[in-house]
Amino acid sequence: MSLWHREAGAAERPAEAAMVAENVSAWYGSRLAIKDVTLTIWKHRVTAFIGPSGCGKSTFLRTLNRMHELLPGARVEGRILFGDQDIYDPDVDPVALRRRVGMVFQRPNPFPTMSIFDNVAAGLRLTGIRNRAVLEERVENSLRQAALWEEVKDSLRKPATALSGGQQQRLCIARALAVEPDVILMDEPTSSLDPISTQKIEDTITELKERYTIVIVTHNLQQAARISDYTGLFLIRRQGDPGELWEMASTEQMFSMPARPETESYITGRFG
Amino acid sequence: MVFRVPLKRKLTDTAARGLICISAFVAILPLVLILAYLAVRGVPALSWEFFTRNPMPLGSPGGGMLNAIVGTLIIVGLASVMAVPLGVLTGVYLGEYGVGTFARAVRFLSDSLAGIPSIAAGIFAYSFIVTAMGHFSALAGSVALAILILPVVIRTTEDALRMVPGDIREAAYALGITRWRSTLRIVLPAARAPIVTGALLGIARASGETAPLLFTAFGTPFLTFDPSQPMSALPLQIYVYATSPYEVNWNLAWAAALTLVTIVLVLNVVARVISAKSRSL
Repeated sequence: MSLWHREAGAAERPAEAAMVAENVSAWYGSRLAIKDVTLTIWKHRVTAFIGPSGCGKSTFLRTLNRMHELLPGARVEGRILFGDQDIYDPDVDPVALRRRVGMVFQRPNPFPTMSIFDNVAAGLRLTGIRNRAVLEERVENSLRQAALWEEVKDSLRKPATALSGGQQQRLCIARALAVEPDVILMDEPTSSLDPISTQKIEDTITELKERYTIVIVTHNLQQAARISDYTGLFLIRRQGDPGELWEMASTEQMFSMPARPETESYITGRFG
Repeated sequence: MVFRVPLKRKLTDTAARGLICISAFVAILPLVLILAYLAVRGVPALSWEFFTRNPMPLGSPGGGMLNAIVGTLIIVGLASVMAVPLGVLTGVYLGEYGVGTFARAVRFLSDSLAGIPSIAAGIFAYSFIVTAMGHFSALAGSVALAILILPVVIRTTEDALRMVPGDIREAAYALGITRWRSTLRIVLPAARAPIVTGALLGIARASGETAPLLFTAFGTPFLTFDPSQPMSALPLQIYVYATSPYEVNWNLAWAAALTLVTIVLVLNVVARVISAKSRSL
């Protein structure tokens, strides 16, 4: 680990690593987007990635569940360990990986032709689970965890598109939870929502980390400060350079005593 | 200070609006006239007998078009069963996986197929089905019509799939759903309305085609349900009756034309209703 990675103080209960990235670089065709990222995602913690637009935060997030390579011409180099297995090993089935590492996107994207119930159950049904009772139980569980159950329990058959933006996003979270992943990646989940919905989702994230590991990309520094345990800053050196992990530390340290001057400049709003 | 529209602008606006309205009126006038004249000539010849009896020999009064109506439904139905699934699957290939030389070739050929004259489709069916079987058949007619329906379905399916937002596919992949399952169970249903609309429009077009049926299905005065034998169809019967020298047959031809146009209109209206309903969802 480099000088710029400082972990939690010894007084905290030592956490287990959920995923470890080692020298991860990613390309869009011939353009290098992120370079040599090495970091640890700790279990049952919220890790936030912050930084200006275009510095590779979302790109890195998508390397964690092998969604980056779905784009034509995109590729990844380096290792990412999930448990003790490199997810980029040729033996690994990316589809199976994505059931353990789920994702919630910036704009809510419920399946438009399906009801609320069918949306949450989609991940289960389309991976083979058909038992009615099991589906109903998992759907209710997921909706409760996403803090949406009370609002929709009497209208589960209604189309998902009838919900408001904030509710749709919580529906997408429930949908991701239903397949019972270990890690949930969130790519700016509240940036298209109003402040009340944002608050509800932030509360949900804080509760979810009891059972899951959360990685969140956010533009909102206050959000990172509010809900994350660890924060990583992505920056580019010069226009046209690839994004790099500039500093990574516990959120408390990052926001009070950052080690690098650029981090301090970014956090205090001097740029970006 | 009052903002008044200058007179010159008002006049130009009125003139332009008038021109546009007149143009629209002129454009739909032929259609309205055709439908009106069809109704005027066809309705008097409609009767219970028309829908329940088979044709009499040329020149004899009475008789109906039962076999032609049934024949049209069977031939067009069979053609749809052949063309729609194949067209949708091809459209899925082009829309979801279609990169590379092969895909480009398929797309080019499909677009070319859309432009061939309908009689050429009939000749193709004649050369391969009729000569192989040794006689005319409804099956050959269906094959000819299927060739006409296929490119329409391929094109509308591909376009419909392209219009499904990428968000939906990403969400499906992120849940750990395989690509083929996500295409079949999530993306395709999301594109269902435009695909159904396109298929119905393609079928509507094919049900009115006469040339390809002339030497494939050929026609028969009897009511048949066997697709391996010649079968009657409304366009065929209209052709035979309209070119005959007997007035009784001309009247029946008008009634048949009205029936055929009604079938096509109904298919079109259903297609538009489905399209409108899905947009309001």
